[in-house]
Amino acid sequence: MVGLALFYLWPLATLFTRVLQPGSVSDALSAPGLGRVLWFTFWQALASTALTMVVGFAPAYLLARFRFRGRSTLLALVTVPFMLPTVVVGAAFLALLPASWHGTARAVIVAHVFFNIAVVVRLVGAMWAVLPTNLTAAARTLGATPAQVLRFVVLPLLQPALWAAATVVFLFTFTSFGAAKLLGGTANPTLEVEIARRATQLGDVDGAAVLSLLQLVILGAVVWWSSRWQRRASLHLAAGGAARMARARHERRFVAFAGMLTALVMLVPLVVLMSRSFRLGGGWSLNAWRTLGSSEVRPGVSLGVDPLASLLTSLNFAVVAALISVVIGGLAALAITSARRHGSLLDIGLMLPLGTSAVTIGLGMLITFDTAPFDWRARWWLIPLGHALVATPFVVRALLPVLRSIPADQRAAAATLGASPLLAWLAVDVRRTLRPLAASAGLAAAISLGEFGATTFLTRAGRETMPIAIARLLGRAGEIPRAQGFALATILLVASGLIIGLASGATRADWGARADGE
Amino acid sequence: MKRFLLAGLAGALVLAACGDDTPASSTPAAITLVAYDSFPTKDTPLNAALDAFTADTGIVVNIATAGDTGTMVTKAVLTAGNPEGDVMWGVDNTLLSAAIDGMVFAGEPTQVDFGDVCVNYDIAWFAERSVPPPTTMDDLLLPEYRDLLVVQNPATSSPGLAFLMATIAHTGEDSWQQYWTDLRANGVEVVDSWDSAYYERFSGAAGSAGEKPLVVSYGSSPPAEVVFADPPRDDAPTGVVESTCFRQIEYAGVLRGTKHPDEAAQLAAFLLSEAFQEELPLTLFVYPANPSVALPEVFTKFAVVPTNPFTFDPATIAANRQQWQDKWTEIVLR
Repeated sequence: MVGLALFYLWPLATLFTRVLQPGSVSDALSAPGLGRVLWFTFWQALASTALTMVVGFAPAYLLARFRFRGRSTLLALVTVPFMLPTVVVGAAFLALLPASWHGTARAVIVAHVFFNIAVVVRLVGAMWAVLPTNLTAAARTLGATPAQVLRFVVLPLLQPALWAAATVVFLFTFTSFGAAKLLGGTANPTLEVEIARRATQLGDVDGAAVLSLLQLVILGAVVWWSSRWQRRASLHLAAGGAARMARARHERRFVAFAGMLTALVMLVPLVVLMSRSFRLGGGWSLNAWRTLGSSEVRPGVSLGVDPLASLLTSLNFAVVAALISVVIGGLAALAITSARRHGSLLDIGLMLPLGTSAVTIGLGMLITFDTAPFDWRARWWLIPLGHALVATPFVVRALLPVLRSIPADQRAAAATLGASPLLAWLAVDVRRTLRPLAASAGLAAAISLGEFGATTFLTRAGRETMPIAIARLLGRAGEIPRAQGFALATILLVASGLIIGLASGATRADWGARADGE
Repeated sequence: MKRFLLAGLAGALVLAACGDDTPASSTPAAITLVAYDSFPTKDTPLNAALDAFTADTGIVVNIATAGDTGTMVTKAVLTAGNPEGDVMWGVDNTLLSAAIDGMVFAGEPTQVDFGDVCVNYDIAWFAERSVPPPTTMDDLLLPEYRDLLVVQNPATSSPGLAFLMATIAHTGEDSWQQYWTDLRANGVEVVDSWDSAYYERFSGAAGSAGEKPLVVSYGSSPPAEVVFADPPRDDAPTGVVESTCFRQIEYAGVLRGTKHPDEAAQLAAFLLSEAFQEELPLTLFVYPANPSVALPEVFTKFAVVPTNPFTFDPATIAANRQQWQDKWTEIVLR
């Protein structure tokens, strides 16, 4: 909590109090074109959310209800895009989509769906996995068609998870920066892009601060409104579901068809991306990979980007960020479970960093931690700390359901058997949370690995992280740096995939289990 | 390796900490050079030159990258008087006024390098069709170049802004809006960033899937195509339309509020020395400001240094930039 206050609220408050002047609110809000930006941001987020929910529904069902060969691979495949830096996915989509789509809202929405399917699969899937099968079986026995079962049994039961997933997707797509900038082109800036433009291109920091405050208010209202709906829809269910092998013929067909289709949709952009690391001189070549180990592209010519060193830097940061976010997230989850009434407030509070523009947090930190003994500017650990701010909400989501599911009588039983309170806590709570802790650490590490926005706005001493190195390589004229950028993106992709695979192997309680927030 | 990195980080922190606390004494302090993202932090000839400076003077130079140039200047203005480092590299003429008005520098910043933003063309594309490439700004409005040009949004891209200013300098303050209305009618394509213009839309960049043979890029892009070609090649696939160039000048200076003014001044002077300046072309693909530095062959052969590039003084740019961008958005994007 202190962490959130110190590294999020304080810098934000400092920035707002420092730069906001009496006239700046009305100035910024009356700027021409703001209405258009707001409208575009809103409708593309709404459209992206709706489409993501629809597209993610079948994979969520598939992965939650069935066991089949390649299930964990498919799960990792669906999750990886979520962790990738938007520059990388954006570049892949630019290559994939027809030219007439470049710079259109359509392109942005398609990329958003690709990014966020993971959210639906994880959040909705986690709830679906524990829906008691006897309810649907009963409905079938009473003569309901599959469509009726879906409409009158499954959907109502899933409602809290659907709301939660829609809220998270809306949050992400509303604040979209990289994808909107790269694919939406010039005619379609989102609010986040506009905030960054004002702060960094026009030097209009107070205007940027006003807009980022506006964004926080809008998103705060959305999250609050949706959490009310979630609570209203939430039910207490005895867990009774289990994933199983497909039995009936139509089930086997569904598993095969939906599995392949999902794999195809997720794979195509990733394969396009990887293949571009082998394209040189109009043919195929391994040279980009061969030169990856050194920063020298040609004898005497060096861009100062050492791709493999950036991998090590990123791994270092990922470990630190994972540690920080597991500690902060773990404590927050404990606090939320024990403080029943104010818990949900805390829960929403922890989501706020996700809705705050990275540039505002970066600039806030810059002017807050600028005097000894708090002159922390350009300290290396500010970067993993920024990553941890982004990752913590996910850690909390992963831990909450587990903590809530620990029955108090187990602790009482331990005490009865003579355990001290500390021993009881260790034997019951800690033992049961160890695996989800490991899983959320993996998730935080993967998020850190791909984090781009906050990193670019923090001043960095020393090595660049992998996403920064990729952006720099892709931002140069010349063919080798470009192909190297895609090679490095491939490494990032594989690394996040491995971490996700390990993390989801560590536990079956994924980060959305019991996403109803109650 | 990881341990080594951590040890290095710890060492850098200790050094930085020592630097902070030591008053100006006989041992020179460690100082920080603040630069934009594409400034290399290690392993290039440019960094080797800085190491030689350290060997000569005992002054250790740490490099802090602060984001793109706009972000760097915004941060410098926010922290003016209590800067993040001691010397800043790379404020260009479009942002210099903001930095000066924000009282970022102690004293006058000096010009350290320059480059040009020009229309580049795909040599093979025009040769195959026996169409001569355009040679003037007004050629771009002709029907034979219809739907061929891709440019960047001046509100989001620095070469985009430079090209807009080139057109304003060419047509004059009164008729540039008509020029862009005509350019739009002639099918100019606008994208958000240099990357997508050059690599996704332009046909001349090696490995690009684009089909437009004209793009706004840099005067030094052709040598970059040669230097980074694979397999190696000894002719450039792209050329530069010389009369469309806008001059971008980069400045460096000592930051106001530095705790080590002497060391900072020494570094600022070194940035103009031949030893440092001669490494600029092949590392940052810009031209050295120091006129006594010889250019590498690939530059003299394939790069174009226009004799009379368009330019505006920093004050004019600062006074008009926002209004130009807004007008442009109205004309071209609405």
